[in-house]
Amino acid sequence: MAAGTEPKIAVIGLKKSFGEKPVLRGIDLEIMPGESLVLVGGSGAGKSVFLKHLIGLLLPDEGHVIVDGIDLTLAEPSVALRLRKKFGMSFQEGALFDSMTVFGNIAFPLRRHTDMDQAAVAARVRECLELVRLENVEDRYPAELSGGMRRRVGFARAIALEPDILLFDEPTTGLDPINTAVIARLINRMRRELRVTAVTITHDMNLAWKVADRLAMLREGRIIALDDPEGFRTSPDPYVRAFLEGEVIDEEEVAV
Amino acid sequence: MLRWLDGFGRATIRALEDLGRFFNILAQSVLWTFRPPFDWAEWLRQMVRVGWDSIPVVFLTTMFTGMVLALQTYRGFERFHAEGFVGSVVALSLTRELAPVLTGLMVTGRVGSAMAAELGTMRVTEQIDALYAMATEPVQYLVVPRVGASLIMLPFLTLVGDAIGIVGGWLVAVGIFNANSFLYWQRSFQYLEVNDVTSGLIKAAFFGLVLAGMGCSKGFYTSGGAEGVGRATTSAVVMGSLGILVSDFFLTKVLF
Repeated sequence: MAAGTEPKIAVIGLKKSFGEKPVLRGIDLEIMPGESLVLVGGSGAGKSVFLKHLIGLLLPDEGHVIVDGIDLTLAEPSVALRLRKKFGMSFQEGALFDSMTVFGNIAFPLRRHTDMDQAAVAARVRECLELVRLENVEDRYPAELSGGMRRRVGFARAIALEPDILLFDEPTTGLDPINTAVIARLINRMRRELRVTAVTITHDMNLAWKVADRLAMLREGRIIALDDPEGFRTSPDPYVRAFLEGEVIDEEEVAV
Repeated sequence: MLRWLDGFGRATIRALEDLGRFFNILAQSVLWTFRPPFDWAEWLRQMVRVGWDSIPVVFLTTMFTGMVLALQTYRGFERFHAEGFVGSVVALSLTRELAPVLTGLMVTGRVGSAMAAELGTMRVTEQIDALYAMATEPVQYLVVPRVGASLIMLPFLTLVGDAIGIVGGWLVAVGIFNANSFLYWQRSFQYLEVNDVTSGLIKAAFFGLVLAGMGCSKGFYTSGGAEGVGRATTSAVVMGSLGILVSDFFLTKVLF
């Protein structure tokens, strides 16, 4: 099969409610191998919920998530578990295991899923840290790191098993502009060197412009715009325009 | 009246939900116990935390309980000249009832609460999601070693408690009331049957399941940030202790 013809991830009619409250109201989206898709949207638009469906952390009420031709929503638990090794996910605040050192965190997936010996594990940990431009932090605990460094250790942990797909959940929230630029550069570096498919969710347009091949706008559980950066920038949709310009368009938004 | 009924209904539903989660997490742990990979290091770590580290608390608790028991029964038995049976009463009440129950309650306060706080913090900081994203089943990695260690270590602690408590009783009888040391030991074991000790140990193993299951399920299903972790911890101790006291009655009825 020629690369680029089959989508890496296909999302079909995805719906999800929590209790009475619908969060995702039917999402269709195809993500091509090697592409970087950035999903933007306001707080509470359902971005995080969407991302968690891609890796099977949440299961849809309706619809399908198909990764490399395998339907994650119908897969046996053991198949789903194996499929999940193709993913590396970076969490909002890093979600590092605070009982382990930086080394322990990055070595965790290696020790669990490979039969590398100690030396190989140590070498791979150094390699991952080098890729996110960190050194001499192996023995520190997450609590001793700054927010930006925690995010980068999270990246290093996410790429440890050489995944095909990287998911970034709000990678720059709470970071200053310089750190944001560093994170954007790192995401591009990882994409280039690891040849991965990347899905990023964010409300930070600064980041979105820097890393996106395509942008999607999520609003009230639906995708209202999907285009390359040029098309997105000139989108006629009033909500997209307002979001890009940081303006309030109707009363409902003020309430948030 | 209606409002009262409404509140009562809600509380009942919540209690049933709690109970459901408790049994669900225990059932899942049983399933995951027998699947690879096996984390022997984590098992050992938890056994040290639950067992070895609890010895000082159990030592003091059962020592003073044995001493008080001797004080009280001596005063009572003196009235009908049965002082010689103090040793039998102390040994019987400790092995059958007090050592397992008090050990269970103390370990609930020490370890059950810690489990709820630890897992709860991991939940609200997305560390549990991160485990899942790294193709690691969180129940297997976090809950199985904790429940297993408690199941194994509670009988061990109870056996230690039995011995310490009996020594406490002996100290009071001989040291304060000048009882005959040889006679005290003889009477202690004369009426003690193997079943008295084993039924206590079976109870203790069961209490281990209750306190670890409650601590883990409360922590695992935590929501609502730092406040939620606090609530989970409190309720793990309250529900765990109640669970021990209620199940103690039924176990005693069955095992007599």
